[in-house]
Amino acid sequence: MIRLAHRWPGLVAGLLLLVLSLSGALLSIFPIVERLSSVQADALSTAELAERIQAVHPEVEQIRRRPSGRISAYWSENGVPRAAVIDPATGREIASADPNPFERWLTRLHRSLLFGDAGRMVMAAGAAAMLVLAVSGTALIARRAGGWRRWFSPLRGPLATRLHVELARIAVGGLLLSSATALWMTALTFDLLPDGPSSRLTEVEGGGRTGMPVAGMDVLKRTPVSQLRSLSFPDPADATDVFTLKTDRGTSHLDQGTGVLLAWSDPSAWQRVSETIDMLHTGRGAAALGLVLGFMALSVPVMAGTGFVLWFAGWRARPRIRGNVAAGRAETVLLVGSEGGSTWGFAATLHTALSAAGQTVHAAPMSSFEPARYRQARRILILSATYGDSAAPASARGFLDRLKFLPAAPSAALAVLGFGDRSFPGYCAFAQAVADVAEAEGWHMLVPFRTVNRQSPQDFACWGQSLGAAMGLELELAHQPVRPAAFPLTLVSRRDYGAEVQAPTIILRFALPKSPFWLRLTGRGFGRFVAGDLLGVLPDSSAVPRFYSLASGERDGFIEIVVRKHPAGLCSGQLFELRPGDAINAFLRRNPGFHAGRDAAPLILVGAGTGIGPLAGFIRANARRRPIRLFFGMRHPDSDFLYGEELEGWRRNGQLQRFDTACSRARQPRYVQDALRGESAEVARMVREGARVMVCGGRDMAAGVSAALADILAPIGLTPALLRAEGRYVEDVF
Amino acid sequence: MNKIMPAIALTVALTLPNLAQARPLKLTTMLTNYGGDGAYLAIYLTNAQGAYAGSLWMAGRKSKYYAHLSGWHRATGGNPAEINGITGASVGAGRTLEISLDLADALFDAGYTLHVDAAVEDMRDSPNEVAVPLTTAGAKTPVRGRRYVSSLAYSF
Repeated sequence: MIRLAHRWPGLVAGLLLLVLSLSGALLSIFPIVERLSSVQADALSTAELAERIQAVHPEVEQIRRRPSGRISAYWSENGVPRAAVIDPATGREIASADPNPFERWLTRLHRSLLFGDAGRMVMAAGAAAMLVLAVSGTALIARRAGGWRRWFSPLRGPLATRLHVELARIAVGGLLLSSATALWMTALTFDLLPDGPSSRLTEVEGGGRTGMPVAGMDVLKRTPVSQLRSLSFPDPADATDVFTLKTDRGTSHLDQGTGVLLAWSDPSAWQRVSETIDMLHTGRGAAALGLVLGFMALSVPVMAGTGFVLWFAGWRARPRIRGNVAAGRAETVLLVGSEGGSTWGFAATLHTALSAAGQTVHAAPMSSFEPARYRQARRILILSATYGDSAAPASARGFLDRLKFLPAAPSAALAVLGFGDRSFPGYCAFAQAVADVAEAEGWHMLVPFRTVNRQSPQDFACWGQSLGAAMGLELELAHQPVRPAAFPLTLVSRRDYGAEVQAPTIILRFALPKSPFWLRLTGRGFGRFVAGDLLGVLPDSSAVPRFYSLASGERDGFIEIVVRKHPAGLCSGQLFELRPGDAINAFLRRNPGFHAGRDAAPLILVGAGTGIGPLAGFIRANARRRPIRLFFGMRHPDSDFLYGEELEGWRRNGQLQRFDTACSRARQPRYVQDALRGESAEVARMVREGARVMVCGGRDMAAGVSAALADILAPIGLTPALLRAEGRYVEDVF
Repeated sequence: MNKIMPAIALTVALTLPNLAQARPLKLTTMLTNYGGDGAYLAIYLTNAQGAYAGSLWMAGRKSKYYAHLSGWHRATGGNPAEINGITGASVGAGRTLEISLDLADALFDAGYTLHVDAAVEDMRDSPNEVAVPLTTAGAKTPVRGRRYVSSLAYSF
């Protein structure tokens, strides 16, 4: 819902917002220029100023002071009305009082697109769209970050997303202020808000005498120029006419013969509010704030551009389900909870496979769940991702509530499949909650709850088999997740290890391909990557990619992975055949859950075998010498000591503080968790001081490390789970 | 060109003894290229004693700016009833405002003065932009305003 309230105003009003923000940003320069170029006369009294001007222009009718301090005078010369900017020191004219034509033009463009009242309404609609975008965007950022207090938490994801959110976090306050004040000002223009003075003073009349010099009038002497807004002189021919003095505090009328204060009126509360709002919007009277707001407005074109790119990328990736059967006629109802659209891709594969097997299938978002409509349904399949820690993804909003308040469990059997990333704490938490609630409601489960880690086609295919078995049909789910176009990567070098210890392993280094900016911006190229991201390799004769952790970042200028040869492994077999100059097809998959981050927190890196890859990448990128400790498990130092020489070099130049190795085939076999336990005091100290723990390797090793760490941290009252919740314990497990 | 034809006969606003005889009058106001936003114009009459006698036209719809037409505003207190039904859009720089109205014969050659007050946003107000005696002989003789009006002429 919030996403819709963000997307459509953005797409519809995008161009309008471009005009509004650019003209607004330019306009914000004028008040500060005027302020800096005006001679300030704040110490002067209004009486002195009026006297000086009157000495030069005896027929002066009005003196005005702008919030910038600029003073202008209006008088008649031989019956011709004249106006000029005045030097308060001399009372002489120094410039024309007419507005700068470019500023006028910009103002008209900004408020009405140069189209009068109709244009004003269009621009007001633009401001309203901006307000809706700012409010909904704020809610989206808070939701994305996992709460208001994490507003400035580090961002992950493709360039367009980061740019969009990063700018929004800084500028949204200013955009809220500018758009809300714009709407207020439009309402004033169209008389939708009261703006008049609290009382009318048109009936005030003077005592009939004339000729009191302004220099002698007490009220004017007491009013410093800094408070002055305008002083209107009476018609000398009309003895009943009066002086009208407007200041920041109100309007007063003075007798022209005696200088006595005849009447006084305060501005109404509405007027005060409107004046403040005018100041906040235009920066007149608050030039520095205006400049800041103008600067923030400059983020709008970038956000409009990146926002469009994001929408377009999502639109391209949207599922296209063909032959969807109506809800009332389908035997199988497929409900999808997806945030970014990737789960829809799996749903489409499932839909196709079931339809091919002769089933009638209705696919719909989980939020449209309505069991009463599923008259023919014999089974309901739920495929759902999780948003943030445990929230419902966009297309599943409200599903849990509806599930809880079902009067009775439907007769159709249920299967729930969760999609998530094991490296995050709330792995598949929402799908799990759905399965739990459904089971508690007494729903018959067709197959047990299962999960798919990181869009793994293998996990999905495996679930498909058990689903097929339960349905009594052969179900082969060959899903290719939506992925960026693969790039040919050319091998630069390879290093072989581990053949002697029955663990053939290679470090492969590929040249960095060049990709155009547009592709990088949409996240469809080899744009930015760091160690810990994943390289998806497409082996020949298979559409299913295999993922390898990257041991290098974009800045290293090459792409490096560590590959262990699996017996009968299709992909690793092909990679082992590669010689320098050969090429493979591969693409990048970001893996934000396993980045070293750019902060200075110490790192404890734990890895075994090929798990050293990303860890070596972190150390290689550690130009700022943050404290890093490495625990590395291998079979035998003479055979599979991956990165042995580099590690020694990094240790010498301070990129790595220290490393400990554990060798499982040495005379005294040790595992990496044993090495960790051997340094428990040091590990506990580092964790207490804020260190992050990053573990990469096989599942068994990760379990062993977690257990060892639990023992090590118990004395200081911490657990791996607590660290995990803080994002200080992350795993990349295979 | 802003050509405006008010349907209301102005005789209603100007209560005079012999209303029966009225004649159609065409009033043409051309503005200079003063280089600003649309001008607000108040067109009204004063009698031989200088007292306000009635409004003929108000160009500009937003009443909060009427105070800038200070001659008209002082005379009427900004009373919207004075211009009820005879209000139109503000007139852009270099444009022409053309209005047709029925004006009682008795108003001509009787000391009445035709006034135009003008105001432009962020520019100098010009309360007595034009003040021209309303005479039969004066018809078709254009008058120049002080700042914003390049010529004002009325013809039968």
